[in-house]
Amino acid sequence: MADEHKSTFSRRGFLKGAGVAAATTAVESANALAREAQAAAQPDPTLGPGALPVKLRINGQDHAVTIEPRYTLAETLRNNVGLTGTKVVCDRGSCSACTVWLDNVPALACMTLAIDATGREITTIEGLATGDTMHQVQAAFVKHDALQCGFCTPGMIMSCAALLERNPNPRLADVKHAVSGNLCRCGTYPKVFAATLEVAQQRQQTAGLVGLTTGKEA
Amino acid sequence: MNKFAYVDCKTVDETLAQLGPDATIKAGGIDLLDLMKDGIVAPPKLVNIRNVSSLRGITAAPDGLRIGPLSTLTEISVHPEVQLRYAALSDAAGHAATPQVRNMATLGGNIMQRPRCWYFRSTDFDCKKKGGTSQDCHAHEGENQYHAVINNGTCAMVHPSSTAVPLLAMNAEVELTSKRGKRTVPMSGFYVPPEKSLINETVVQPGEIITSIFVPAPEPGTRSAYQKYGEKESFDWPLADAGVVLVMAGQHCRQARVVLGVAAPTPMRATAAEAVLTGKTIDEATARAAAKAAMQEATPLSQNGYKTQLFQTAIYRTVLLAAGQMQRDPSAIG
Ligand SMILES: Cc1cc2nc3c(=O)[nH]c(=O)nc-3n(C[C@H](O)[C@H](O)[C@H](O)COP(=O)(O)OP(=O)(O)OC[C@H]3O[C@@H](n4cnc5c(N)ncnc54)[C@H](O)[C@@H]3O)c2cc1C
Ligand code: FES
Ligand code: FES
Repeated sequence: MADEHKSTFSRRGFLKGAGVAAATTAVESANALAREAQAAAQPDPTLGPGALPVKLRINGQDHAVTIEPRYTLAETLRNNVGLTGTKVVCDRGSCSACTVWLDNVPALACMTLAIDATGREITTIEGLATGDTMHQVQAAFVKHDALQCGFCTPGMIMSCAALLERNPNPRLADVKHAVSGNLCRCGTYPKVFAATLEVAQQRQQTAGLVGLTTGKEA
Repeated sequence: MNKFAYVDCKTVDETLAQLGPDATIKAGGIDLLDLMKDGIVAPPKLVNIRNVSSLRGITAAPDGLRIGPLSTLTEISVHPEVQLRYAALSDAAGHAATPQVRNMATLGGNIMQRPRCWYFRSTDFDCKKKGGTSQDCHAHEGENQYHAVINNGTCAMVHPSSTAVPLLAMNAEVELTSKRGKRTVPMSGFYVPPEKSLINETVVQPGEIITSIFVPAPEPGTRSAYQKYGEKESFDWPLADAGVVLVMAGQHCRQARVVLGVAAPTPMRATAAEAVLTGKTIDEATARAAAKAAMQEATPLSQNGYKTQLFQTAIYRTVLLAAGQMQRDPSAIG
């Protein structure tokens, strides 16, 4: 199927058009010819529109999937890899339910093409826990009852955990800012703030204790 | 989303070679995917420029700021030199959309995004902007609470880019590259008003790519500010936003540039407001007079009269913020 579609976008056909358009001056056509020659020496870089094999690195593991270029990362995680923790609500970039980390930076899986995530470290909510031990932010969400229907929760936790990675000592305003794109229709925000600030505090204390036991200043 | 072929490019030359008639550039992909998911555009081939490393990076030189079009809104908002000398730009980038969107959205894509007008964004309406046959702009007789209050006679859409507002106020220039070479377009000539073209919002031609955005260094005594007002505290396009650049000698204003986003179909200089401020001592009264002058030419539609008041507030408070006479407005977004 991939090849069938590919034929309509052949590099040769495209370059013919490009060559004609650029042939307005001698210099330009020479440039176009040089480019054409260079391109002819290389394999056609066009992928799709049919399905093709793609490698994704998710939560520290390589996954091989076969997807069309139009598949979003959210669809691919849920439908092809079976990681359904990442939720899709608006599918338009406006609720952040689908937040994952790309190279440790919060990003929207619904507005990312899976093919664009190749070569990047993808971290999903499933990647936060260590075995059966919850990530501190997950545990704090449970303790503070920071969820009701739970649909926004994976995205919310990804935002809060990322905040603590880049700012170990956040103020309330920083937490509010970090989740300012995460829409919670159940109104769990106060508990989300409390949970996140508590983890920050716990970590400070632990850092303090470690500092004491090793004789370093905290 | 429609099926499409995909090419990943690593250099500008590779990109130009791929930009045939079927091709559409994809940077962060936020606006493009949005339009494709809604069926408003169906490009047969996407040319991914996200990995063209020469289009990244922010360089602050004595003559000004060179911003690679792939710089994300987050990168622009946290850059120390941008915060210090180009405050309105850092504020606009930092208060657009959501943290996640800002991590992904590029400056080039931001100024190239399409209007949010719901008649344009819905396949149920044959709006003229999409080449439809309807005689009038649907917003004129329809739901128009978010539409233009100035120059709205042909089409009442508003260009939604927040960063375009300070870029215009700072006399920025956009460098465009095609197979034919490079050209530079000032921000003042970058957007095309509906009476000139209903289809294209910018002068960027097929086969052209934004390769740099240059912001000239501010003159000594320059202060700038940007504020955005909307329905929500976060994740929404503005209902009114203002960018103000003042060249000051003490509290005396030698030069003023006031730009309004989402007031007219394209970001606009409020020259009437600038005239009120220039040569004056900036205080509450002059700021108020400037705000009023800017809205003299407004021709609100049936549901958006409130925007003229909101713009007056935005201009008044942003002028005072730029002049250092007011703190950032807690009711502004962000
Ligand atoms: C919930 C939400 C809220 C938002 N709020 C705001 C807001 O308040 N203010 C605001 O300004 N925006 C807002 N946005 C819009 C968002 O900022 C834009 O969609 C984004 O900046 C587009 O950038 P991109 O890199 O993703 O562009 P893409 O989607 O990749 O591209 C957009 C267009 O630009 C073209 N293009 C991209 N790069 C180049 C280039 N270098 N040369 C030539 N053409 C190019 C593409 O062909 C395409 O047509 C919001 C978006 C969402 C989802
Ligand atoms: S599902 Fe991705 S932002 Fe809403
Ligand atoms: S817990 Fe229901 S949406 Fe947040």
